[in-house]
Amino acid sequence: MLKTFKIGGIHPDENKLSAASPIQVLPVPAEVKIPLAQHIGAPAQPCVEAGAKVKVGSLIAKAGGFVSANVHSSVSGTVKKIEDFVDANGLRKMAIVITVEGDEWEESIDRSTDIVRDIKLEPKEIIAKVAEMGLVGMGGATFPTHVKLAVPDGQKCEALVINGVECEPYLTSDHRAMLERPEEILMGVKILMKALQIDKAYIGIENNKPDAIAKLTELAKNYPGVTIQPLKLKYPQGGEKQLIDACMDRQVPSGKLPINVGAVVQNVGTALAVYEAVQKNKPLIERVVCVTGKPLAKPSNFLVRIGTPVSACIEAAGGMPEDCGKVIGGGPMMGRAMIHTDVPVIKGTSGILLMNKKESKRPEMANCIRCAKCVNVCPMGLEPYLLSKLASKELWDEAQVHNVMDCIECGSCNFTCPSNRPLLDYIRLGKGKVGAILRAKAAEAKAAAEKK
Amino acid sequence: MNSVLITIAVLAVLGCSLAVILYFVSQKFKVYEDPKIAEVEAELPGANCGGCGFPGCHGLAEALAKADDLSNMGCPVGGAPVMAKIAAILGKEAGSADPMVAVARCGASCNTRIKVAEYDGAKSCAIAASHFSSETACAFSCLGHGDCVNACQFDAITIDPDKGVVVDDAKCVACGGCVKACPKNIIELRPKGRLVQGINRRVWVNCVNKDRGPVAMKACKNACIACGKCAKVCKFNAIVIENNVAYIDHAKCKACGLCLNECPTHAIQATFPAPPKPKPAPAPAEAPQAKAE
Repeated sequence: MLKTFKIGGIHPDENKLSAASPIQVLPVPAEVKIPLAQHIGAPAQPCVEAGAKVKVGSLIAKAGGFVSANVHSSVSGTVKKIEDFVDANGLRKMAIVITVEGDEWEESIDRSTDIVRDIKLEPKEIIAKVAEMGLVGMGGATFPTHVKLAVPDGQKCEALVINGVECEPYLTSDHRAMLERPEEILMGVKILMKALQIDKAYIGIENNKPDAIAKLTELAKNYPGVTIQPLKLKYPQGGEKQLIDACMDRQVPSGKLPINVGAVVQNVGTALAVYEAVQKNKPLIERVVCVTGKPLAKPSNFLVRIGTPVSACIEAAGGMPEDCGKVIGGGPMMGRAMIHTDVPVIKGTSGILLMNKKESKRPEMANCIRCAKCVNVCPMGLEPYLLSKLASKELWDEAQVHNVMDCIECGSCNFTCPSNRPLLDYIRLGKGKVGAILRAKAAEAKAAAEKK
Repeated sequence: MNSVLITIAVLAVLGCSLAVILYFVSQKFKVYEDPKIAEVEAELPGANCGGCGFPGCHGLAEALAKADDLSNMGCPVGGAPVMAKIAAILGKEAGSADPMVAVARCGASCNTRIKVAEYDGAKSCAIAASHFSSETACAFSCLGHGDCVNACQFDAITIDPDKGVVVDDAKCVACGGCVKACPKNIIELRPKGRLVQGINRRVWVNCVNKDRGPVAMKACKNACIACGKCAKVCKFNAIVIENNVAYIDHAKCKACGLCLNECPTHAIQATFPAPPKPKPAPAPAEAPQAKAE
């Protein structure tokens, strides 16, 4: 029987336009802009200067703390400058600009396509390798992978859950990766299992990808402990708490992390990157990006070097259509509209979605009619109408009591609201404020404890 | 009939005895409050706006009664006259703080700013600011959704399609509500300024863009480009340029208006018209003189 998570969820139109389009290698652009902050946590610190010669895979910025990630050059050439650029949200961020000259790779990287099956490294060494290669969660949240793999003392990991759900409408990059590189993904899963010292892993895949389920199920026979778990189609199944619920029948308590119920969740894209990092010595320098949308001529999946401009990806997919109202980084549910397309593809860019003018407009909002549809669909069991009201009235304490911090920002409430109320907009605001208040309180308590 | 009398008698005895008990209890657990607090509170406007930094007017009254020095405290709504009365009640010296007013430091308005993006999310500056920089090319500009208008309890702020955020001097009490509400930190409290011919004279830089000059100029034609001309012409060293934006120190500024003519982008604003420009021909000769002074 197909499994799924227990509470809430919605069924947006799938619109997987690029599902049948194989991954194409996008040509290396003339210049790349590699941002220093492509992950959650402290920005990386540059370790090259303008004028330096770099090769594909050279380390150009070191992690700026434990929760941070190394950044490597995705091209070979000369570092032109290290300066700020305007990112997709219009904010200034630091980036290393490299002029491309040829395509020379670091000698240590194994570029052959042979599958290396022998895992030589010990668990600690695997985690160190993953950190060295600058791996982050490829699903879009970009949390540094080595931090997730370092299980804290006193906690025990029992199972690895691999996210092959790709529940966001339109996006197909994980689907294509599962179809075209299943062996590598399964090897990545095996490496992750060794790093976590466990012998159980689930790969959750929604049943709108029967080809991927069939292929992986066939191959997984050679990988003991790996279970392919077909899942019933429902958004947001790719949320890690929802996925653990669906695959393992365990619920992560409010305010806790997956590790509290013995699970570590990784994306299939991350598993692929782990394989390449550990077995092939290849840093995270390229990723599969799904460029899609109804107005686009050729919705496609590309293997893109980090730092390539988004505009180049759109050009390769048939060019910017006239009837384009919005360009979204990520999927339609959780992605963010971009201010301009001259921004680089980063480690977390899972998709670039173009929407036509009619689709992109947010409908006029009306009054709340107390239908409680948002309460029904919330996968975290929250009351979105209440949280958004509390946030709009700046009642932060009460919002905290009603567990605003548990919101995973999936957007199901916004999607389902018949009055088109911007529920998530306000909840996100509340989450930010309550989070800041909680952090300030924690810092105060820490300072007081140190004084004593 | 008898039962009615008994009821009345029982209730009367019960009432009297409870009253006596209550009297003694209230005497025993009496909390002494300085009678001056009530007197001070009566003088305060009772708006409970929180602009003084205390929780409402009662909070301020308590703090005033306790404080030894009133110079750093005061009711922004009542201003100097109220504080003088309170000082008389408390027998202390009142502070001599200048009356302040909120000043919105951005020249972008709904009609004049160059739009590079369109935002159709919730009509709230706080939410818009959490999503992205701005609809204009300037990442520091006013978002125009009116969080300041909503925060103002005195109906002093309006958003004009041509002028942007407009503060009504007469209504603004400088409670600082809008300053806290603005996610872009555009609004600042500044002294109202010296009253000359019915106008409070004050000058401010109407821009908070911290980008380098060329970038700022591209984003908005009224942006401060940190050229430093105003700082050069100022005789009182009131203008400092920091983080690519000029700032007029209101403690030093005498509101002469010399900088108004100097600013190439008209980023400096004043409540009064600019002084007449020196004649073009002898201008080079005059300029060094002005400096020498």
